[in-house]
Parts: sequence; C-alpha cells; structure tokens
Amino acid sequence: MTGRAYCVVSAGESRSFSSNDPFVLQATMSASIVVIVGTAASSIFRDVLSRRPKLVLVELDQQLLGEITGECGGEEGGAILGFSRFRLGSGAASQLIELVVQPRTLQNARRDAIALFESAGFQVATCLDRPGRILDRLVRPYFNSALERLDDGLASAEDIDRAVKLGLGFKRGPIEWLDETGLAHHGAVSDALSELLGDPYYKPGRRARVAMRKSSE
Amino acid sequence: MTGGKARPSVHQTGAPAAEATVSKVGVVGAGTMGFGIAIVAARGDYQTVVYDTDGGRIERLKQDAVTFIEKSIKLQKLTSAEAARCLDRLSATSELGMLSDCDLVIEAVFESFDVKSNVLTQLNKICRPDAIFASNTSTLSITQLAAASGRAANFVGLHFCLPAQIMKLVEVTPGMQTSTVAFDAAWAFCIKSGQIPIRTKDTPGFILNYFVIPFNNAAIRLVEQGVAEPPDIDTAVKTGLGHALGPLELVDMVGLDTQVLLCEAFYQATLDARMAAPHLLRQMVAANRLGRKSGRGFYDYASSRAFGA
Repeated sequence: MTGRAYCVVSAGESRSFSSNDPFVLQATMSASIVVIVGTAASSIFRDVLSRRPKLVLVELDQQLLGEITGECGGEEGGAILGFSRFRLGSGAASQLIELVVQPRTLQNARRDAIALFESAGFQVATCLDRPGRILDRLVRPYFNSALERLDDGLASAEDIDRAVKLGLGFKRGPIEWLDETGLAHHGAVSDALSELLGDPYYKPGRRARVAMRKSSE
Repeated sequence: MTGGKARPSVHQTGAPAAEATVSKVGVVGAGTMGFGIAIVAARGDYQTVVYDTDGGRIERLKQDAVTFIEKSIKLQKLTSAEAARCLDRLSATSELGMLSDCDLVIEAVFESFDVKSNVLTQLNKICRPDAIFASNTSTLSITQLAAASGRAANFVGLHFCLPAQIMKLVEVTPGMQTSTVAFDAAWAFCIKSGQIPIRTKDTPGFILNYFVIPFNNAAIRLVEQGVAEPPDIDTAVKTGLGHALGPLELVDMVGLDTQVLLCEAFYQATLDARMAAPHLLRQMVAANRLGRKSGRGFYDYASSRAFGA
C-alpha cells in the first residue's frame, strides 16, 4: 500500500497503468491527490481542477505538460505535474516514472509526487517539461544510428547487440530492443521528436520508416 | 582454425589462404591496456613478452601480474598450476629486439596516430615479415595504421575493452588490405585466449565507441540544458533501460578529460555534431572536475552529491 491517499481519474487508455495495475487498484474513490491517466487527459483537466485538489498528476504520452496546463512566460507551475511510466513501444512498462516539472512547480508538490510514486514501488527521475523528457531524448538518436549503421554494414545485428551488452553493460542491444518493442512505434515517436526538436538525429532510420509504411498499409 | 562463431571471410573470393600459427605474442606498452592484454595472452597459453621504454612501468606490470594471478587463484578462476604456467609464459622487457621472433605483436601505446605509427615502423624493421601486427586503437583507422606499419596485409585491429583481463569482448577489425590469413589468425588468437571476438567494419569508433560517445554526450547536454540532474538521468537509464551504469556515472569513471579527447578524435574523423564535446564538459575539465580521478565530476565523491547540487 502507498502511504498517501490518491484517486485515479481515467480519460482513455493509459500507457502507464492497466486497469488492474496495483497502482490503480490501491487508489481511493476520492482524495486531495488526483492522478489523471489516459490519452484524453486534457479533456477532463479543467473539471478535475474545479474540485480544487491539493496535487494533480497528469499522465503524458508524447505531449508536453504545457499543452495541457498552458504556459505563462516561464511562470507556469504550481501543484500540477506531469508523469510518464517509461515503456518502449509494445514492451512491458518499466518501473521508471519520469516526473515532469515546470519552472514554478511547488517544492512540496514535487516532494509529494515523488513520495507517492516511490511508495508505490517506482523509481522516479525528475525532468523539465521538454520533448522526449529524459529517455526518449537519449534513446531515439541511438536507435536511429544503430539502424543506419546496420544498413552500412558496420556489423551484423546480432554482433551490434552482443557488443553493446558485453562491452558497455547494456541490458539489451538496440536492434533487439526495436525488434521486441516495435520499429514502427519507434519511428512514430522519433518522427514526432524530430519535428518538436528540429534535430536531424531524431529523423527515423530507413528501417523504421519502412516499418511505419508497412504498418499503415 | 580454432572453433568459434561462424563469420564471413575477409575476402569472399580467391583461393583458400594458409593458416598462420601464433605461439609467441608481443605486447607494446605496459600501461593499463597493455597489462590486461598481456594477461589475456599468457592465460591463453601464449608465450608473451611485453615491451615498454619505461622501466618503472615494466616493474609495476610484473608486480601487478603476480597480484592479479594470485587473486585469480583465490577466486578459483585459475588453478595453482595454471597460474604458475601463466606467470612463466609472461615476461617484460625494455629491449624492442626481444619482440623480433613474435608471431603476433599487439600495440597498446598512447592513442595518437604519430606515436602508434612510429612504434609500428620500428617493429616492422625488426619483426619477421610474416609476423602479424595488431592495434588496440579505439579511435584511429586500421587501414591508415596498417599503411603506416609497412605491412598492410598483415595488420588487423584488436580492440579490447577496459579492463582487458576481465572483459571478454574484442572488436576485430580488418583494414582494406588485411589478408584473410592475418584476420583469421587474430580471430583464432581471441578464441584460444577465451575472448569473444566480434567482427566490425573499419569505421571511427567501430561499434562500442561509435554508440557510447554520442549517448554520453547527449546525457551531458541534458544536464547542460537543465532538463534533468545527473542522478535523475542515471536513474532513468538504469531503471528504464536496465543499463549497468548511468551515462554520467560512466563518464565520471572514464574521466571527463578522456571523454573530451575521445570527442575530439571522433568529431575530427566524422564531423558528426553528436560527437563534439559539449561545452559543459570542457568547462568541467577546465575546473578540474575530471570525475572519480579528481574526486569530483558529475558527482562529488567526497560527499556523494551530484554536480550542481
């Protein structure tokens, strides 16, 4: 059981928690901490705020927290934070919660959010409200370069994966990750980041583009 | 050829080449990498001689070898008899001529084209024409080093991971002129020594550095841009991706000054913006925040606090 009472308000399908996830099952019917999950969080956000909760945690997929709360010249913040339970494509959800803060996020709100997730057994990494947060920012260019180098004949897919596992201590190689979690999904996330960041290294690799086209047939 | 994973030949056409037999291995450079490679070779049943111009480094290598082998016995990695044979097979010298009858010479000297090519030129004068030369470079072109060595056909890249005596992976890289005989001999050496060879193309950074340097730089840029603090980034990478170490912990371990040198080498070779040293990295090096070696980098090792905290 978590040490803090919270309620979960659902607005569509959640990438972080299934309906029988312990985090959802341990929620109460109403509480001063409200966790909004689902892809349509923005549609119920104002309604949740009207109940004057102490803390609101909004699940984010690829969107930014500012798209839901609005931004105000660097003064945005308060007791509304974003979060995302990291998962790659169709892979299993990890135990990592990326907690998204804004410039004026209240310190006690941040502390409470961290405590809530940690008491539910998650590891929390806090970051600013930026496209891709932490992990997507790091892994998407890495995956794209692995796809490009595979095309270039740097080494076989198996050897690229084996090298990074044996030589760098990575749990999985990049090609393995993409095979397991979906090349097309990677392509979609990377494409979105490429547009938001304007950085060419986020442009999906050829193999990801092929997978995206094939999946849209 | 000794067994191992199936892989394509260097030359796909032409008559089958004869095999080269390696029984004596020379290692040039008695630093951290040279020490590890020498242990690998001696443990793999090869007569091994290490050359260095620095007598102090040679003495340290001898002492470190005894310490490492004794620890291997305690950890039951080697029997006492195997350990004794390993130490018997290992010698060190400051006379380059002692490498003249080696079948395979692996250079592990300072990561500079001029330094390496100078050593290789000297070796080419004293070693048998059929002896194979290998470079442990992680940043330089094997084809260019091979050309500088004067024996391009008998030249191959053997990039060991640090610490070589523990890490099993070796990136085996043929240059444009490397013969099948030389490549196969180097591959067989790795297998017989208990290493895991992986064939890579001769491009900057091979596999490991090509991927890890920009990954680490991207993590440094997240700190630079204030997106997240080092512990958050490392926690995210370890928890979300299952990496053994976070990128900033890794840079602290490698040394921030070393990361700058690697960035400079790779940026020059690739003109890839991701390889360029981030501004924050250079600032931290200027401030002597070099990582573990100076007691402070992205983390403060005196107080366990993170950079900026």
